[in-house]
Amino acid sequence: MSDQVSALSLAIDLVASRDPDLVEIILLSLQVSLTAVFLAVVIGFSLGALIATTRFTGRNVLVVLINALMGLPPVVVGLIVYLQLSRSGPLGFLGLLYTPTAMIIAQTILITPIIAALSRQVLEDMYKEYAEQFRAFALSRRHIIIALLWDARVSLVTVALAGFGRAVAEVGAVMIVGGNIDHLSRVMTTAIALETSKGNLALAMALGLVLMCISLAINAAAHTLRYTQMRPSYA
Amino acid sequence: MHDAKREAGLCVSDLELQLDGRVLLSNINFTLSARGITVLMGPNGAGKSLLLRVLHGLIPATRGEVDWSGEPISTDLTRRQSLVFQAPVLLRRSVAANLDFVLRARGQFDREKRNHALAQVGLLELARHPARALSGGEKQRLALARALVTAPEALLLDEPTANLDPAAVDAIENTVRQTAAEGAKVVFVTHDIGQARRLAEDVLFLHRGELLEHQSSEEFFAKPSSAAARSYLEGKITL
Repeated sequence: MSDQVSALSLAIDLVASRDPDLVEIILLSLQVSLTAVFLAVVIGFSLGALIATTRFTGRNVLVVLINALMGLPPVVVGLIVYLQLSRSGPLGFLGLLYTPTAMIIAQTILITPIIAALSRQVLEDMYKEYAEQFRAFALSRRHIIIALLWDARVSLVTVALAGFGRAVAEVGAVMIVGGNIDHLSRVMTTAIALETSKGNLALAMALGLVLMCISLAINAAAHTLRYTQMRPSYA
Repeated sequence: MHDAKREAGLCVSDLELQLDGRVLLSNINFTLSARGITVLMGPNGAGKSLLLRVLHGLIPATRGEVDWSGEPISTDLTRRQSLVFQAPVLLRRSVAANLDFVLRARGQFDREKRNHALAQVGLLELARHPARALSGGEKQRLALARALVTAPEALLLDEPTANLDPAAVDAIENTVRQTAAEGAKVVFVTHDIGQARRLAEDVLFLHRGELLEHQSSEEFFAKPSSAAARSYLEGKITL
């Protein structure tokens, strides 16, 4: 119990003092995870919308595959990205290993299937409702997809949040491809893992509390956005 | 295009529709004028809604031809028509945005055009309201405004006044009359005999997927030639 009290006290002290190391770790965590979410949203929403509105041979297999990839183990993703980016790998010449870019790539691979699978389900359900009306309008596929993405925006915010939650809490992949290098690739989760291994439990818990507060703040902001969007547009 | 064909309006010949091996429409032949209001009547399951969907190009006919003013059904033709469903699907947007969406998709966005269409159905004051929060009658009027905003050559209506109160029915009928008076062809599906008498210039009567009658409104209501139509007009159960 005393550990938890001291962790809370330490967390408040760290935040109040705007500890430069902590600020750097928080900013890098947000930069990596938000960039990964942005990339995954662009890829995942497009893929989800295409699958939701198209019938083709092998579609069901693709849906099952993407759904299965939602459970990708982070360490496996980390290992695969590591093998591609390591000096002897096919992309080794880019020199990205142990950089934030490598961490972004790993997190993007990890959360894109989540965003694609969930958005496909959301958009497909909506498309079932809209399909005949859209055919009556004789809309192009581009207009159909834009309309679905816009009308499903409230649900898609939740999908993006699910992706963000997975990315920001992930440790295995970023540890492998980022290396947890101080002032270069150390993020909240890898810092927590490091402090725990050093026996510095109070600091680890303090970092955990800060991470949870950040996650809470982003979810609250998204909820406010959902609420303001829902009022004028939804019945 | 040949003037005679343009004047001919809608020509349907030897139309047949089969779905899952069942013949749902067969041997449908008729010609409609390019303007005015044609009412499509018949008991439940007669194939009225299916025929309307075939005419709009939503369901391809198994056999036969559908020509609008000499032009076969195509995506371009469908874009120049509008279909209002009995239960129209409104987008999760404001009333005005529902019209803007269609105008933008056609590359015709024009705020004045949108406001004119909303005023035409009495919804201009509700332009910023969420479309899905409207009453049943308002939703149907919005669907009608959305159909009219692109100034369609043909307006197809599938029981647009089912379950609406008399005031809402009157508002929709007035808009339909005005649309026809402005030169559009209107094909109106209804079960309501009184409504058919008020609106129809000619009547198509379908029964079990076959066209039994195509007559002027006066002739159809005065002396229907088929037993099924007579029973229907007398309110007897027609199976």
